[in-house]
Amino acid sequence: MDDFLVRAGLAGVGLALAAGPLGSFVVWRRMAYFGDATAHAAILGVALALALDLPIGFGTLFIGLLMAATVSTLAARGWAMDTTLGVLAHSALAFGLVAVSFLNGVRVDLQAYLFGDILAVSRADLAMIWLGALVVIGLLIWRWSGLLMSTVSPDLAQASGFRPDFERLILTLALALTVALALKIVGALLIAAMLITPAAAARNLARSPEAMALWAAALGACSTLFGLWLSLHFDTPAGPSIVAAAAVIFALCTLIGKSSLGRA
Amino acid sequence: MSALISAENICLRYGTTEVLHDISLSVARSEILTLLGPNGSGKSSLLRALIGILPLSHGAIRRAPGLKIGYVPQKLTIDRSLPLMVGRFLALPKRQTPQDIAQALQRVGLENIAALPLAGLSGGQFQRVLLARAILLKPDLLILDEPTQGLDQRGEANFYHLIEELRAQTGMGILMVSHDLHVVMSASDRVICLNGHICCQGTPLVVSNAPEYRALFGLGTKGAFALYQHDHDHEHDHNTPHDHDHNHDHAHGAKEISKGPNNG
Repeated sequence: MDDFLVRAGLAGVGLALAAGPLGSFVVWRRMAYFGDATAHAAILGVALALALDLPIGFGTLFIGLLMAATVSTLAARGWAMDTTLGVLAHSALAFGLVAVSFLNGVRVDLQAYLFGDILAVSRADLAMIWLGALVVIGLLIWRWSGLLMSTVSPDLAQASGFRPDFERLILTLALALTVALALKIVGALLIAAMLITPAAAARNLARSPEAMALWAAALGACSTLFGLWLSLHFDTPAGPSIVAAAAVIFALCTLIGKSSLGRA
Repeated sequence: MSALISAENICLRYGTTEVLHDISLSVARSEILTLLGPNGSGKSSLLRALIGILPLSHGAIRRAPGLKIGYVPQKLTIDRSLPLMVGRFLALPKRQTPQDIAQALQRVGLENIAALPLAGLSGGQFQRVLLARAILLKPDLLILDEPTQGLDQRGEANFYHLIEELRAQTGMGILMVSHDLHVVMSASDRVICLNGHICCQGTPLVVSNAPEYRALFGLGTKGAFALYQHDHDHEHDHNTPHDHDHNHDHAHGAKEISKGPNNG
């Protein structure tokens, strides 16, 4: 096995282990568009980081959090969420692309940021991805009870002594972090797919929230490896192949789920 | 008697609209206090403010140290994307033994539903599951928002019976919202009549005689009063076990308005 392929596999699996459980919350809380907006804004973060000569991860994390804060504030003021997110997501992407074009002097491989470059993952990247993934998983495990309770009902959570606002903040932080990690792997345009598709597939197999989170992680990891294999054999781009593999797995799980529901 | 929870001159605003003005109340251990008021009178908002869900614009809420609240909201929808069975829901946020779960379900008149998905329950079943969860938390204070909606008449009677029983067994305080005049009269120690502010309060008999109350519900000279009068006499004559003694003195007439016997 080639070294770069092993690194790619490990990076993808690391991301999937964090994205699966986090994606489950994104699905449960109907935050799919929110994930999309944060992911698209990552390109603006890339431009910012390049302009200021900072690590790319900083830029995407910062812009991701900024986007999340903006969205939360507007939502609290009663703005219609789907419209707001639609506007913000695509304008952040557009501003990002425009900003990158201003950065003459730096040769930017835009395609790598839009669609990922998993085969170019370095040892340092790999360490960052696993570290970040462990932080996300750690946050989710630490706050599991409160997160789940606030997802079921913020009011019940508050009555039981949790702080739904705080739990939402944790989730937002985890989301921004995951986006920053995933940029290298599947790229800004497909990050939301890695969050949502495995979780949506897992919904068909799980009978408890915990099982769904674990299934999502497992299915995400399978998608990554399956996608890499596809990419290798058919010489297709790696990021899109991974997402395509996730979509196939989603379709299979939906069929399995339907048939088992039919029996019950 | 020390209060479980007390509100001191609280006001609540939605934007520029003041929905609650200068409300002071307290709930004592083993007391059943009912909030009564027409639609839009701020009953649910008051409950949510007491729990800490809604921020106050003025005043303060004091809780007994370590107060545990069981809350049954008026409405709760579970997103179908969340695989949540009844049993797991009852064990949120604290783990419960299957025996305790089965027992709590049995108390609210539900059996063999612990393994069913929460999203598939009928309105009445769901309402009772919410109550079962609140009971399992072993609260000091049970807060119920229109708890009998969706229940048929027998279910409703059973429900109030259960409330009485819980109060007698555990000494928990109960604060509920209702616009069911008849039931409120017979099942409460004290009634607060709400319409943005406290119109009147006292024992059920006192309130039902109060002109503020009668104006609020557009009652004629007879109506619900006669209905209650019957119940009240009934209870008094027989001194039923439901008539828990808190130094009640029912025979005070309208002078005692806003000075309920448990109000200290």
